[in-house]
Amino acid sequence: MDAIGVLMMCPMNNYLEQELDKRFKLFRYWTQPKQAEFLSQQADSIRAVVGNATAGANADLIDALPKLEIVSCFSVGLDRVDLTRCKEKGVRVTNTPDVLTDDVADLAIGLMLAVLRRICVCDKYVRSGAWKLGDFKLTTKFSGKRIGIIGLGRIGLAIAQRAEGFDCPISYHSRSKKATNYTYYSSVVKLASNSDILVIACALTPETTHIVNREVIDALGPKGVLINIGRGPHVDEAELVSALVEGRLGGAGLDVFEKEPEVPEQLFGLENVVLLPHVGSGTEETRKAMADLVLGNLEAHFSSQPLLTPVV
Amino acid sequence: MGQEINPQTNGFHHHLNGGGPPLPAADLPELLVLRPGLLYKVFEQEFLAKFNVLKAFESPLPLDKFLLAHAQSARAILCEAIVTRITADLLLQLPALELVVADGTGVNHIDLAACRRRGIAVANTGDVFSEDTADYGVGLLIAVLRRLSRADAFVRRGSWPVLGEFPLGLKLRGKRVGIVGLGNIGTKLAKRLEAFGCKVSYNSRTKKQSARYDFHPTVVDLALHSDILIICCSLTEKTRHLINDDVLNALGMSGILVNIGRGPIVDEKTLVSYLVEGKIAGAAMDVYENEPNVPSKLFGLDNVVLSPHRGAFTEEAFGDALKIVMGNLDAFFSNSPLLTPVSTNE
Repeated sequence: MDAIGVLMMCPMNNYLEQELDKRFKLFRYWTQPKQAEFLSQQADSIRAVVGNATAGANADLIDALPKLEIVSCFSVGLDRVDLTRCKEKGVRVTNTPDVLTDDVADLAIGLMLAVLRRICVCDKYVRSGAWKLGDFKLTTKFSGKRIGIIGLGRIGLAIAQRAEGFDCPISYHSRSKKATNYTYYSSVVKLASNSDILVIACALTPETTHIVNREVIDALGPKGVLINIGRGPHVDEAELVSALVEGRLGGAGLDVFEKEPEVPEQLFGLENVVLLPHVGSGTEETRKAMADLVLGNLEAHFSSQPLLTPVV
Repeated sequence: MGQEINPQTNGFHHHLNGGGPPLPAADLPELLVLRPGLLYKVFEQEFLAKFNVLKAFESPLPLDKFLLAHAQSARAILCEAIVTRITADLLLQLPALELVVADGTGVNHIDLAACRRRGIAVANTGDVFSEDTADYGVGLLIAVLRRLSRADAFVRRGSWPVLGEFPLGLKLRGKRVGIVGLGNIGTKLAKRLEAFGCKVSYNSRTKKQSARYDFHPTVVDLALHSDILIICCSLTEKTRHLINDDVLNALGMSGILVNIGRGPIVDEKTLVSYLVEGKIAGAAMDVYENEPNVPSKLFGLDNVVLSPHRGAFTEEAFGDALKIVMGNLDAFFSNSPLLTPVSTNE
C-alpha cells in the first residue's frame, strides 16, 4: 500500500503521521509552499485525504482530486467535509466516534466544575503567593445545578450520565425528542431559560451555526454558565464576549472558538471564564485510538474490506 | 402570669416566635466566640440578632481575663478550627459551658475526651460540606489529568497561535481510583466517579458492609491496586502522615494523588520530592501541612494542581452550615436533641 497517495491536511498527531508515512505515500499539505500548484501536480496520485477539526475536504479540494476515494477524519465532527460533494462523487467518509466520547464528556464536566468552583483561578491564587495575604472567596456549588444539553447524541448522553452522579436535573434540546426520561425542550431559548448551565454537544451544520445567539445568552442570564465542547461557530462569539464582559452572562467554559487558535483577548482578564485550546479528545489513550481508527479505515478501504466507522 | 422568667431561654423563644421588637443583647442567650471563623464573619448579623455574642476577639483584655470577667455563665461556644483549640485548660475557664459548636465538619481541634469528662456536648455541621468537597475532588482530578489550569494559562498568555498543540492529558475512564476514607465525602466521591467509568476501591478504619466497592486492608495495599489515590479521611492521631514514602512507592510512577482531606495526612516533604523527581505522575492538593504556606518547589510543576483550601467553600454550603449551626443552638437552648451531635466517646 506504500504507493497509495494519502494527503494529510495539517499536523494532528505524530503517531498517525509516522504510521501514514510508513504504510502509504504521505503528502503533508501544510508543508507545501504553493498549495494550488501542489494539488494540480499530484492530483492523480492522491486517493485519500486525512482531515480533522481544523482542515478537511471542502468542495474545491474534492474537485481538485479526481482519484480521491476516501476522506478519513481524525475527529467525530464532520463540519470540515463537504458530505454532499462526497456523496455525489462516490467518495467514502469515515470519522472517529465513540473512542473520544468519554474524554469530551469528562472535559465538559471538568469545565463546569472549573468555572463554578474557580479551580484555575484558585491555582493561580496559590502560585502567585496571594493566599498568604488572605483567603480566596466563596464560590458556587455544582451539585444539583440544572444542566441543559444541546444535542443528546453520544457525547450529550455521556455528559448527562456523569451529571446525574451529581444529582443535577437534566434537560435537553435536540432535532427530535429521544427516548429518555430527561426533560425535552423544543426551543433552545426555553432550554436556556430553564438551565443553570447550558452545554453545546451537537454537530455543527448550517442549521446549528450560531445556535447560541444573543436571545439564548439573555435567557441563560447573569447567573447562567455556557459550556462549549462542540465547535466555535455554534456560538455567536461577539455576542458571547460582550455578554461576559458586561456581566449579562454568569460565566463560560470554552474549548472551541470561531477562529482557532485565535481567542478574543477581552476574555483573558475574566475570572468567570475558562479557556482551553481545543483539548476535548486530547489524551494519549484517545488520540492513539482515534489514529488507529483512521489507519484501520484506510486499510479496510484499500483492501476492499468493510469500513470500520463509515459516515458516507 | 407568674411564669418564671429565665433570661437565658425566655428571650431566645421570644425572638424565635417573632414576637415584638428585637430584644436587647443582654436578654438573649450568651454565645461565646473566641475568634471569628468565616461562617461567623459572613453571618455575623444573624448571630447578633439571636444571641448575646461574647466577642473575645474584640476585647482589649487577654483571653483568660476576658473569660473570667465575661464568660463565666456562658453555656455555649461557637468555634472555628484554624487557630482555636478547645483544650481541657480552656474548659476549666468556662465553668458553665455545656455545648461546643464547631463551624465545620472537623473536630480534631476539640479535646473530645475533656468534653466527655465535663459532660459537654459537641456539635459539628454534619453533612453540609460533603457534597461540595466531593464535587471539588472530581474537579481537581479532572484538572490534574487534563492539565486544565496549565491549558487555560497557555491560552491566556497567547501561546496557542505560537506553540500550536497543547500537551496531551490522561484518560479517566477505566482508571482504578483508591479512596482513603469512605465517610460522607468518600461515599459521594465514589458515586460521582463511577459515572465516569472509574473502578473504585477503598480503605477505611473499618470495612463498610453496605459499600459495593472492594475493601483494601491497608493504604499501601490500596495504593498498589490504584492508579489514583484520593484522600477523604479526617485527621486523627492515626492518620497523621498516613501517606508516606511506602504508600507513594506503591502508587508508583504513573500514579496520581489528590488530597481533599487535611494537609498533615500526607508527608508533604516526601510528596514534594517525589513530584519533583518524577516518582509519581502528578498531584492535586487543596490542603497543606502549614497553610497558607505551600512549598514553592511545586509552583513550577505542570503536573500539579494547587488550591487554597476551598473544597467546601461555596455560598450554598455556607447557607446550609448556618442553618445547621442555628438549628443546633436552637435545639440546645430549648432542651431538645442536637441535630448533628459528635460522639465524645472513645
